[in-house]
Amino acid sequence: MSNDLENQILELQKKIGKIEKGTKDQLSMVVFSGDLDKILAAMIISTGAAAYDMKVKLFFTFWATAALRDPKKSVSGKTFLGKMFGMMLPKGMNKIKLSKMHMMGMGTKMIKGLMKKKNVAALQQLFKTAGELGVHINICEMSMDLMGFKREEMIDYPNLQVCGVATFIADASESKVQLFI
Amino acid sequence: MTTEELKNLKAAQVVDARGTACPGPLLAAKKAIGEIESGEIMEVLSSDEGTKHDIPRWCEKMEHEFLGILEEDSYSRLFLKKA
Repeated sequence: MSNDLENQILELQKKIGKIEKGTKDQLSMVVFSGDLDKILAAMIISTGAAAYDMKVKLFFTFWATAALRDPKKSVSGKTFLGKMFGMMLPKGMNKIKLSKMHMMGMGTKMIKGLMKKKNVAALQQLFKTAGELGVHINICEMSMDLMGFKREEMIDYPNLQVCGVATFIADASESKVQLFI
Repeated sequence: MTTEELKNLKAAQVVDARGTACPGPLLAAKKAIGEIESGEIMEVLSSDEGTKHDIPRWCEKMEHEFLGILEEDSYSRLFLKKA
């Protein structure tokens, strides 16, 4: 009987060991939306988590990739469709809109004004801070390819790389916190 | 700590994050804590209501000792001891 109990305890200890090894103090987030308000939330949560000494891995995919374009950079050699997509989608984080109450630009302008008044960091500032705090940004290769974006037209950011879903899954599976925005 | 004890504390580092909104004060605290030694005291000035909840929770996680809050007219003074 006591042997049984001991064995069970050993078994449990092994399992706990595996769990502890498996999850890091890490946050993985899919940033899917290209809306100003949602990316703002993603960046506030990311910098907050980094201040908590958590590792942060962001996976920018689909509409969110457009926000990472650098308006100062242009690349040649795009296909016709790639050029069309490039023109129709916002070129960089200055051009993205609110998900609600955009009101042909009025709402977005008002929110930016309010943020300034209330000293909420602008998106550019949050990206800068995130970079300083070591927040990783992974951009979905497939989304970029689909929309005809190239690595060369993306923002300058210290920990930026282009990758696939496997990288996200690998990061997420060892993260304590996973989010989708 | 009592209010009197808090008032008498000498902080090695004072972080003035007044006027900044979430997560400004937290980020400021995170940055400044690296500049002091273990056992030294840091004071964070914040006018953001949320900070009063955030900083104690942050201290718990980072194992710094949260000492208490002094309320001023338009801001709060938060004290902590670095682990």
